[in-house]
Amino acid sequence: MNSIILRTGTVFILPLLLLVSVVILLRGHNEPGGGFVGGLTAATAMLLHMLAFGPKEARKLLPIGPEAMIGVGLLLALFSGIPAMFAGLPAFKALWTDFEPVQGVKFSTPLIFDVGVYLTVAGVVILIIFSIAEYRGHRAIDAQHASDARAREEAS
Amino acid sequence: MTAQLLASLPLLVPMTGLVLCLVFWRWVALQRGVMVGVALSLSATAVALLLRTTGGEVLAVRLGDWPAPMAITLVVDQTAAIMVLLTAVVAVACTLFSLGGIDRTREHSAYYALLCGLFAAVCGAFTTNDLFNLYVWFEVMLMSSFVLLSLGGRRAQIEGAIKYVTLNLISSTLFLAAIGLTYAMLGTLNMADMAERLAAAENPGQFTPVAAIFLVAFAIKSASFPFFYWLPASYHTPPSVISAVFAGLLTKVGIYVMIRFFGLMFPASHPDAGMIYHIILWLGGFSMVTGVLSAAAQMEIRRILSVHIISQIGYMLMGLGIAGSALHRAANDGDPGGVLAGAAALALAGTIFHIAHNMVVKVNLFLVAGTVERICGSGDLNRIGGLYAARPGLAALFLIPALSLAGIPVLSGFWSKFLLVRAGLVAEAYVIIGVSLFVSVLTLFSMIKIWIYAFWKPAPENAEPHNPDRDPTVGPMRWQYAGSLFLTCVTILIGVFANQAIRAARIGADQLIEPRAYLDAAMDRAGEPASADPASAGEGVAR
Repeated sequence: MNSIILRTGTVFILPLLLLVSVVILLRGHNEPGGGFVGGLTAATAMLLHMLAFGPKEARKLLPIGPEAMIGVGLLLALFSGIPAMFAGLPAFKALWTDFEPVQGVKFSTPLIFDVGVYLTVAGVVILIIFSIAEYRGHRAIDAQHASDARAREEAS
Repeated sequence: MTAQLLASLPLLVPMTGLVLCLVFWRWVALQRGVMVGVALSLSATAVALLLRTTGGEVLAVRLGDWPAPMAITLVVDQTAAIMVLLTAVVAVACTLFSLGGIDRTREHSAYYALLCGLFAAVCGAFTTNDLFNLYVWFEVMLMSSFVLLSLGGRRAQIEGAIKYVTLNLISSTLFLAAIGLTYAMLGTLNMADMAERLAAAENPGQFTPVAAIFLVAFAIKSASFPFFYWLPASYHTPPSVISAVFAGLLTKVGIYVMIRFFGLMFPASHPDAGMIYHIILWLGGFSMVTGVLSAAAQMEIRRILSVHIISQIGYMLMGLGIAGSALHRAANDGDPGGVLAGAAALALAGTIFHIAHNMVVKVNLFLVAGTVERICGSGDLNRIGGLYAARPGLAALFLIPALSLAGIPVLSGFWSKFLLVRAGLVAEAYVIIGVSLFVSVLTLFSMIKIWIYAFWKPAPENAEPHNPDRDPTVGPMRWQYAGSLFLTCVTILIGVFANQAIRAARIGADQLIEPRAYLDAAMDRAGEPASADPASAGEGVAR
């Protein structure tokens, strides 16, 4: 899509959307919101950027690939269950501290879990969007299969 | 190590593996390392669990430390520990085989991550005590197996995968509907809590129709008669190591869940127990016969083996059916400690033994089939041959699990069938015994068919020359042999140390028949005096 209005608008809306997604993530534990919705919102921001500037530019915007995002997100979610085990409690017992990184949000293992969910959901949706946008079509994939088969035949 | 930590490890180990595989998305070598690590640490966990539970102790962990009936509880008794151990054995063998036998394209498409996800789901289903959580693990299993089936995207694969996922979704829908009904009826989905509420209920028969829906859902999952149609449609399409994992684990989870669920919900005292176990016995008989007859009609190695799974499932159902009916009759005769109860324990031990033996042997046969296909370029019995002369080592690796599957003495399959038949004789279930022995002979026939066509007869003249060792898309062959060799050793060891194996299975069976320790562990009543009657157990729920 080549529209100057969309491009200019995206430049302003993208940071706003990402900020909103973080707000949704942080208010999640006690109020409507949370990692899942926040992740979806963040992915929407990426979708908007991709529509305006194309998938190549959108990929440049991401510090890590969507696959790694899923991995890191799951790692955080899994990690949130570990501290309880060191305290001799069952895995995934929620532990809370009084430290508030943001006003009204206590640092805790559920917060780590939610951040993990946020990254995972955002990563999955972005990966789906990229896969659709970068799809080369049936013919290209069939050609790839054929050349793979030829290479195998020649080698054997 | 604390019991809580140990009980959560079967789930946490493969889940960590899954996550690490995704983090190392671009470094396949690291993913291989993670997979090896997962297989080994899962084995270590399983051995530790087995040793801890041998004395009759039941390990439990309430995830998140929520109070007893609400928390998702992972409970590991002897049976669950045996199942986790066998999952670990399958994991080790399939990891070894994958190092040599899986193509680079699949390795780059999250193959190891999906495998870890599958193992996590299977271990979760083996240990969880929460019905909804069980549903979640079934879904995780379904999703990872669906993607594993369709990776590669060949036409036959996609066709098989679509059939597989559609028919399994029917099972999931039924399962979910039954869960909803259960919650409306009993107000809990914790299986231990359900069992105690049913035992205290005035009219437990009301639950029986819901249990029938569960039975259908589990029967589809375990590919038993008449719900096995999805299995032959899909199992021969993906690479052999993927079929091997499916053949070893997926249907057995269905059987295990059936044993756990009906063992808890329909103890001998339940008025409908006789009917339920009678139905299971019939399902078992028909599964055995239809499976083995359709296998005799196939001419491709992996198709023969796939259809044979159904017939082996029949043996497991037969054990459960004999045990349940015998217990029910013993309770009705007012003789709960007598000969019939002994037969029931023997039959259940036979079922557990048969599941264990079958997981090892079936996976091994599929792995050997994969090696045969790689050497000959095909699994069609008419187009291959001469393998005994060309590769005598491979022939031995095939013969041992094949004879074990058919139940030739000393090998593991003999002992499981021996236990089942003996239990059946005591319980006077002569018809099903006759059927099972007849099916054994036909199993031997199918195995000998593969042996004669693939190994003995000379290679057909029009067979195209093919060098399996120089295929650039896959790894070296020796890893494939290593996987098969490992499983063959396990088969022989189970056969030689049958006494110890039977003892472990017997402890598991006794715990299934008398689940007091399981219920106490699941309901977090450790240390309190054992409640004498179901009514006071009900008070425990209210508290």
